[in-house]
Amino acid sequence: MEKKESLDLYKEMVIIRRLEERAAELYQQGKIGGFLHLYIGQEAVSVGISSVRQPQDRLITAYRDHGWAISAGIDANAVMAELLGKVDGPSKGRGGSMHMADTDLNFWGGHAIVGAHIPLAAGLALGDVYQGNDDAVTICMFGDGSTNIGYFHEGLNLSKVWDLPVLWVCENNQYGMGTAVDRASAVSEIRQKAEGYGMPNERIDGMDLMEVRKEVSRVLEKIRKEGGPYLLEVMTYRYRGHSMGDPERYRDKAEVKKWEEEDPIGIYRKYLIENKVATAKELDGLDEEALKVVDDAEKFAEASPNPDESTLFENIYVEPTPVEYRGYALEHESEGR
Amino acid sequence: MAELVTMPKLGFDMAEGKLVRWVKAEGDTVAKGDVIAEIETDKATVEVESSLDGVMYRHLAAEEADLPVNAPIAVITLAGEEPTEDEVDALVEKAGGKPSKKAAKPETADKDEDSSAKEMKPEEPKEPGETPAGGVRSSPLARKMAEEHAIPLAAVSGSGPQGRVVKKDIEAYLSAKGEGQSAGETGGTLQSASSFSLGEVPEDEVVDLTRLRQAISRRMQDSNQNFPQFYLTRSYRTGAMMKLRKEVNALLPETDKLSVNDFVVKAVALALRQYPNLNASLLDEKHVVRHGHVNVGVAVAVEGGLLTVVSKDADQKPIRLIAREIREMVGRARAGKVRPEDIEGSTFSISNLGMYGIESFSAIINPPEAGILAVSAVQDVPMVVDGELTIGSQMKATISADHRVTDGAEAAEFMQVLAGYLEEPMRLML
Amino acid sequence: MTRMSMREAISRTLWEEMERDERVFIQGEEVGIWGGTYAVTKGFYDHFGEKRVRDTPISEAAIVGSAIGAAMTGLRPVAELMTINFAFSAMDHIVNEAAKLHYMFGGQFTLPLVIRAVSGGGRQLAATHSQSPDAIFAHFPGLKVVSPGTPADAMGLLRSAIRSDDPVLFIENATLYQMKGEVPEDEDYLEPLGKSKIQREGDDVTIVAYSKMVPAALKAADMLAEDGINAEVIDLRSLRPLDMDPIIASFKRTNRAVIAEEGWRSYGVGSEVSARIYELAFDYADAPVKRVAQAEVPLPYNAELEQLALPQMEDIYHAAKEVVNG
Repeated sequence: MEKKESLDLYKEMVIIRRLEERAAELYQQGKIGGFLHLYIGQEAVSVGISSVRQPQDRLITAYRDHGWAISAGIDANAVMAELLGKVDGPSKGRGGSMHMADTDLNFWGGHAIVGAHIPLAAGLALGDVYQGNDDAVTICMFGDGSTNIGYFHEGLNLSKVWDLPVLWVCENNQYGMGTAVDRASAVSEIRQKAEGYGMPNERIDGMDLMEVRKEVSRVLEKIRKEGGPYLLEVMTYRYRGHSMGDPERYRDKAEVKKWEEEDPIGIYRKYLIENKVATAKELDGLDEEALKVVDDAEKFAEASPNPDESTLFENIYVEPTPVEYRGYALEHESEGR
Repeated sequence: MAELVTMPKLGFDMAEGKLVRWVKAEGDTVAKGDVIAEIETDKATVEVESSLDGVMYRHLAAEEADLPVNAPIAVITLAGEEPTEDEVDALVEKAGGKPSKKAAKPETADKDEDSSAKEMKPEEPKEPGETPAGGVRSSPLARKMAEEHAIPLAAVSGSGPQGRVVKKDIEAYLSAKGEGQSAGETGGTLQSASSFSLGEVPEDEVVDLTRLRQAISRRMQDSNQNFPQFYLTRSYRTGAMMKLRKEVNALLPETDKLSVNDFVVKAVALALRQYPNLNASLLDEKHVVRHGHVNVGVAVAVEGGLLTVVSKDADQKPIRLIAREIREMVGRARAGKVRPEDIEGSTFSISNLGMYGIESFSAIINPPEAGILAVSAVQDVPMVVDGELTIGSQMKATISADHRVTDGAEAAEFMQVLAGYLEEPMRLML
Repeated sequence: MTRMSMREAISRTLWEEMERDERVFIQGEEVGIWGGTYAVTKGFYDHFGEKRVRDTPISEAAIVGSAIGAAMTGLRPVAELMTINFAFSAMDHIVNEAAKLHYMFGGQFTLPLVIRAVSGGGRQLAATHSQSPDAIFAHFPGLKVVSPGTPADAMGLLRSAIRSDDPVLFIENATLYQMKGEVPEDEDYLEPLGKSKIQREGDDVTIVAYSKMVPAALKAADMLAEDGINAEVIDLRSLRPLDMDPIIASFKRTNRAVIAEEGWRSYGVGSEVSARIYELAFDYADAPVKRVAQAEVPLPYNAELEQLALPQMEDIYHAAKEVVNG
């Protein structure tokens, strides 16, 4: 890696960390509504995988998607605006925390229903195969909890039967909401579930950015060469609860503290310094820059306007279609882009 | 700079929390990430961490206090800082300012909802009003048609389920009555009934009493002025009449306002046209004169006695004219200024004791008239409508009739025809 | 014009659209080698090949879900659910993903997919294979739900659905597959989505129906004509969007309506149409609107009981007579 790219990755991890912390504060102030799922502790995964995916590779994930949005290349300003429900968010304030996407960056969201995006991922890969995009891999992220729902099994099975180029990546942060993996899953290692589908699989460390980059590049190339789906289990940890308001009764503080000592940002920082890629001072400078990016994003989002009431019915359909309003017919027309 | 700590939002539906316990006391040093307090929501007890390094300067809330989200709970100062009271107050006020602004947003949203909901609301159909007598079952369409043609629904019999008045019933009603009056006439205020000219009045007709009638009369006759009388009583459903009276009176000037008696006068006059034998006098043993005019006498109590003022040609006059004239004559009578023409020429009389609450009575015929109608009070009584017990408006009337001139069947028919006019009072208008 | 069955009309339309646009493909259970369990895609596999006529495992969520994903990449899939009863296994993908993704992401991508499904009972398939839950899917904004009652409409509506950039649930009825009718010989014959159609004119009573109830309503109208009652039959064709204009115009003349559907009465299509009639034309009602629907019972296997529970042409006839005679 070039020095610039190395430092950019560091800064990206810190931006994600600061953005998530700031989002938590804004949530507690009541400025962000609904659910808020923080990526704190998992930064190495989104930054690592996104840094090795090719432009033609499609990315789709579940609802813990702010880190993925930043790593895909969506501006922090826009991410913050979406969190506040403003018009300048990537989903124009219609989706919120769980539905960030930017199809121009080949990032397909951000999905709230557990596991429902998994068959969609198979479809994305099908689309590439059908249209002859032979080099493209669909990277589908999902959590340990979602490997128990039917959609996971239908999606994986279909991907194997149809030989679809999907990299199935389980971000195993050890807990499906409040339930530890071993209380919810029949097998102790998530990757074992791929065995049932005759699918090659691996488990890697998700706290080490360089590890993630190395292993995922390797697997992506394997899929490109040999085709077919592959399942990767990435071991990681979230330092905060499942979402805001989680009292975290299901794990003790000592466990959280232990993982915090393995902080991915700390690990990568140590790597950069030890390998003389950067000095502590340079990295501190990047810390400050990252904080400023988030400060600016907050200001931008606050200043961004709310969607206009007249746009309530936009984008329900693509074709101009009469839609109902409070039970009275034909009051509005929905128009697409 | 001192920083304010507020009640955090710890869940997407949290509105308030209880500050269970202060972990950092006033004066304690605080590091970023230290737990400063425990907050209880309705889901769990959660530890709140400080986002700054500094000193817990002041608690703004007591333990066990319930506070809304965003309420100020503490002030944290940087190490060594000593803010003034004003500065602390300013901080708190600033925080206090925010909640009300936030509350304003949902209010305006509600307002918009209300106004736009009002805009969107479809026009509610104006109902012509259901009758007080238990309500009339009718389809929305029938109601609309009835309103358009100023038909009181109570006057229409319903052929639909449970007696519902439907479109074809209104259509039948309209074709039976003949659409004489245009809707416009009944809509606005009544024009002044200025000119009225008498139409053709038939000549008096002397009729031979039939042999049978002569015989009956001889048998029925007693000495002096006693002659055989009989009495028939009938109840009339007056709901429609009372309603119409109320509606019409709203449009009339004081001089022309209608009383119940005016309706009765007009109704009796029209009925008498159909029963000339009751609008008659026994001339002699062999002859009855059936009067050409229908002049209805109305008994009026005056000081020292009773007078009968006469509404001449009441069958032809519009009811409001009848009302006006009777009002004027009664006024004159009570003032002792009655004119001769006021009290002469009656062919049939009405005595009304309704204003005294009399339920039923029979009056004495004024010779040489053949009959007199005793009208009693309009009362709300229990009655049976469409097979169901309900409350309705009712009035009794008793006819006293001269048995030398007429008999029970004829008088009963007269009373029945009278019902047609009293119970469907629109007919009095035609 | 040519005379063909509804099955042929659907089949021909699929074929022509696949020839016309490379992006159109079919996937579902037994659609390929078997030729479709209702023979709609017979011959397709040999002609178009396994890339464009895809046999899937029995995985409804994946059938619909992967169709959605493929649509997101710009393809125009026609996913087939063997029967609408199996749609419940893909419920999340139909109502949460297909109906909402375009909106939730601020219009960033479109979902030009068609989901074909067979609805209705009457073939002794017992309760869980005989439902008409059409109204449930019509509940969700973002989805379009259409259901033809004639072969011509089957062709025109399916073509419009395939060419539409919106997700469309296309509901067919197995007992209508052999229904024959006049169909234009036009590869571009289109019927608009979201428009009702008057199938028979009349002035005495308005009968609203769709799918299997359309031929039933027309037969009932013939019987009513013998009694001197001239019924207007309006075919909804589309449940969402719901086009009330011809129905209200008709009701203002006839003042009476009967709504016929194969599904259950409670919370059904009739509930919606009836509510809108009262909202939009209350003053014109001369009798309460009547709904003809299935008896509120899981459909039994026994043939007579099944027919007893299902709404019949006679039920429409009697309902119409009731509202006319008041």
